[in-house]
Amino acid sequence: MYNFDLVRPTSIDEAVKALGEEDAQPLAGGQTLIPTLKQRLAMPTKLVSLTGIADIKGVCKTDDGQLAIGGGTTHGTVAKEAMADFPGLANLAANVGDPAVRNRGTIGGSLANNDPSACYPAAALGTGATIKTNKREIAADDYFQGMFATALEEAEIITEVRFPIPEKSNYQKFEQQASRFALVGVFVAKYADGVRVAVTGASNEGVFRWSEAESALSSNFSAEAIDSLSAPDGSNMISDLHGSGDYRAHIVKVMTKRAVAAAS
Amino acid sequence: MPKDTGIGASTKRREDVRFLTGVGNYTDDVNIYGQAYVHFLRSDVAHGRIKNIDTSAASGMPGVVRIFTGADFEGVGGIPCGWQITDRHGNPMQEPAHPVLAQGKVRHVGDPIAAIVAETLEEARDAAEAIELDIEELPAVVDMKAAVADGATKVHDDLENNLCYDWGFVEENREAVDKAIKEAAHVTTLELVNNRLVANPMEPRVAVGDYNRADDMSTLYTTSQNPHVIRLLMGAFVLGIPEHKLRVVAPDVGGGFGTKIFHYAEEAFCTFAARQLKRAVKWTSSRSEAFMSDAHGRDHVTKIELALDKDNNFTAIRTETYANMGAYLSTFAPSVPTWLHGTLMAGNYKTPLIYVNVKAVFTNTVPVDAYRGAGRPEATFQLERVVDKAARELGVDPVALRRQNFITEFPYSTPVAVEYDTGDYDATMDKLQEIADFAGFEARRKESEKRGKLRGLGINCYIEACGIAPSNLVGQLGARAGLYESATVRVNATGGITVMTGSHSHGQGHETSFPQVVAEMLGIDASMVEIVHGDTANTPMGMGTYGSRSIAVGGSAMVRATEKIINKAKKIASHLLEASEADIELKDGQFTVAGTDKSVAWGDVTLAAYVPHNYPLEDIEPGLEETAFYDPANFTYPSGAYACEVEVDPETGKVTVERFAAADDFGNIINPMIVSGQVHGGIAQGVGQALLENCAYDENGQLLSASYMDYAMPRADDVPFYQVDHSCQTPCTHNPLGVKGCGEAGAIGSPPAVINAVIDALHSGGHTHVEHINMPATPARVWAAMQK
Repeated sequence: MYNFDLVRPTSIDEAVKALGEEDAQPLAGGQTLIPTLKQRLAMPTKLVSLTGIADIKGVCKTDDGQLAIGGGTTHGTVAKEAMADFPGLANLAANVGDPAVRNRGTIGGSLANNDPSACYPAAALGTGATIKTNKREIAADDYFQGMFATALEEAEIITEVRFPIPEKSNYQKFEQQASRFALVGVFVAKYADGVRVAVTGASNEGVFRWSEAESALSSNFSAEAIDSLSAPDGSNMISDLHGSGDYRAHIVKVMTKRAVAAAS
Repeated sequence: MPKDTGIGASTKRREDVRFLTGVGNYTDDVNIYGQAYVHFLRSDVAHGRIKNIDTSAASGMPGVVRIFTGADFEGVGGIPCGWQITDRHGNPMQEPAHPVLAQGKVRHVGDPIAAIVAETLEEARDAAEAIELDIEELPAVVDMKAAVADGATKVHDDLENNLCYDWGFVEENREAVDKAIKEAAHVTTLELVNNRLVANPMEPRVAVGDYNRADDMSTLYTTSQNPHVIRLLMGAFVLGIPEHKLRVVAPDVGGGFGTKIFHYAEEAFCTFAARQLKRAVKWTSSRSEAFMSDAHGRDHVTKIELALDKDNNFTAIRTETYANMGAYLSTFAPSVPTWLHGTLMAGNYKTPLIYVNVKAVFTNTVPVDAYRGAGRPEATFQLERVVDKAARELGVDPVALRRQNFITEFPYSTPVAVEYDTGDYDATMDKLQEIADFAGFEARRKESEKRGKLRGLGINCYIEACGIAPSNLVGQLGARAGLYESATVRVNATGGITVMTGSHSHGQGHETSFPQVVAEMLGIDASMVEIVHGDTANTPMGMGTYGSRSIAVGGSAMVRATEKIINKAKKIASHLLEASEADIELKDGQFTVAGTDKSVAWGDVTLAAYVPHNYPLEDIEPGLEETAFYDPANFTYPSGAYACEVEVDPETGKVTVERFAAADDFGNIINPMIVSGQVHGGIAQGVGQALLENCAYDENGQLLSASYMDYAMPRADDVPFYQVDHSCQTPCTHNPLGVKGCGEAGAIGSPPAVINAVIDALHSGGHTHVEHINMPATPARVWAAMQK
């Protein structure tokens, strides 16, 4: 790890100001950044910890019936506090990493990093969530821009994520055996006006919506509706030590069926 | 009734108190006043020619003490290999130089190029980034068969080619085996890979070199399974320091699994640099470094043929194996695919003719050496897979086929040069069928099918050769060391006992089980016995712990020394009791004159030995301390039968281990709880090899599985609760305790059971075209195998 300065502001304004300095970088739960620093793969001069900002923590229901989660809320808190209103999301959070990860890692940190195998991007895209930052609101469909790439600009901090609460939802993660990140993760959410299906872990382009499955499920929300579909195209899916693109494509279909069957 | 003390008692592990309360003393806990830290700059290419190393800028960086490169080791010895194999034509193996720091070429990712010694580790790492390297990248040799093809790039320019040796065993049997296979009623053939593994002990390797100018004494603290071996190899072959000026200490060691047997360059470097710099030098491996510098395990590519007659009796076995040595020969690497592998190819079966061919190959990968089981898992896996495949091809019950071919009379001389002293393979199979509940399997399979899962039952047997080894025999086979063990039993004046053993405990629980033996022999409480190990300054020369040898060889040495203690103590007691020595009996810590109530306590005798006021000084010396060296007459041969039940998810290919049963014959047992724990750990490692662990290189020699993000270790939820049993006991006939050793059995016996179960599950689901799946049987591989 290279030397750096650490500041821990208590407000978004202070954090943004601190991030204005050259080579300053925000630090949320640190579950990706700290290992990166330990490997000497990043050299920020200043880390701006977001953990002291009380305003971006917590889970609540908004007046219009959405679930609002502060960007600095840990997975462990989401797992507990979202359970009553949005069990599909709470269960996703409850299965991220291990307890140590869940007690440090945050939803904002995960979405800002946009690891192609992370779980939260599937929930955000699969619900059509709104990513609120200190500058603006970004629709999930516009937010994710490929592996580790998002619409966020410099010094832009995720303050809140608003999830439209589905009638039914479920997330199925098929774990890569070593990291236990998603080899494939599928989030299915059923709304009155249709079904959304988002897939993480599989594609070279990062999280994506499986539109054929969405159409099929919107007219018939059942596992059988997926049976008649071909698996998505595996040619642009990740192919590595743990599985080929075609294998991942096949698993997308299996996990989608299972998510539909388990949706509640 | 289970005993609560002495031999046979499940005494709780006394060492766990310090481990679990955080007061163990591991090598990284050793900090010496004024120590500097070393960081190794390692190659990031698999193969390259070093054209220039410019350390001028780095040398001036803050905190840098000195930067060493290969040039500093001109005239210093290389890392030696401890075993020479003679090939099938009678020629010695090709043995390349192995410099402490790379000279001329780098040969694998992780090969150390420069060593930066600085006041702090971070300063050393900063300086490493300022070293300017000019390395001309060369084509990497990764695939073993390509490595021995004509015109392949050579890993070592001064060798003839990349073939370390071409070994045949038993060479005289070659033609007879060929003929038997040609004439067989049935031949089952299987090609398979025994996957490369990274040992990953919880504690990474650490070395602290120290030098005392006052007495010209070097000390190395290191994470080793055998400090005396390190002292001998490093002192005599690398640095030229005589043993009396070199002390090696291996304090608490957090797991070894074989990978801490070997003498590593980092140990020699820290000792060398401490002498050069006149201050202590410390290295602590990071986990990332461990992946590319700890010796790896396994990595065999094998073709095996099993010939049977018309009555399904095994008539011959022929195997051909390519064994990866990596870029250099690690300490015992050449012995693993040969003498620890070929001699086990008979398994539990009376196959009259066997021929084993092994081609050991150099590649641009991390050196490969012994890993828990070392050669024996590779032998067992191919044999038990091919037997299972034969049963399927012939349509016979796999248990019945095995039983029909079991060796049933002992001692038994195999056609591969070893003599099994005892065993009862039907007994362990009977026990297995009971504890694994074979009778209930079909019901469990139906229940799984209801849930859409395919259930499979896999069984296998194993035999292993432990208690390595008779020194004169291994000397003939090419070992450059003896393989006896030693113990000094020091009885203190007030009766407490300190046992200094050449064995080394790094998880095996010697501090608990060894005292149980001494306590049983003397009839005293085990708490009066303390075990000292791991320091060449206060233990007799011993060969350390590996190959399930500690109780069989080290324990035997301790028994012999304790017998000498008893003999002398009886002489003292006879003097104190004014009785004939022949009439003295030792029971429950009391010396009694037979047939009388005259007795003297253990503590009175020991006190007399050190305060010899009333003592037969004309006949015996004062004091009560004895040393014994024990050289075994034969290997020991633990054996057993294992059963695994898996479920396969036919939609994803994911395998889960639902049940696992192990019926082992370890001969006599000192501490059943510790033995069960050893089996549990071994099975977890075997399940890891079978389903999870995959050390993989790409075609450029880059390590793909270089961290826990890609290298899957077994976790608690990957394994079920085990049924283990070791009540079948045929004691070893040639050591005083009748023990056989248990450390490696689990890792040897479990991989074939798992894969046999996976194949059985797939066949039950109609995937009858699947003959084999290479380990690890990952979901993607199992799913791909199911697709026609």
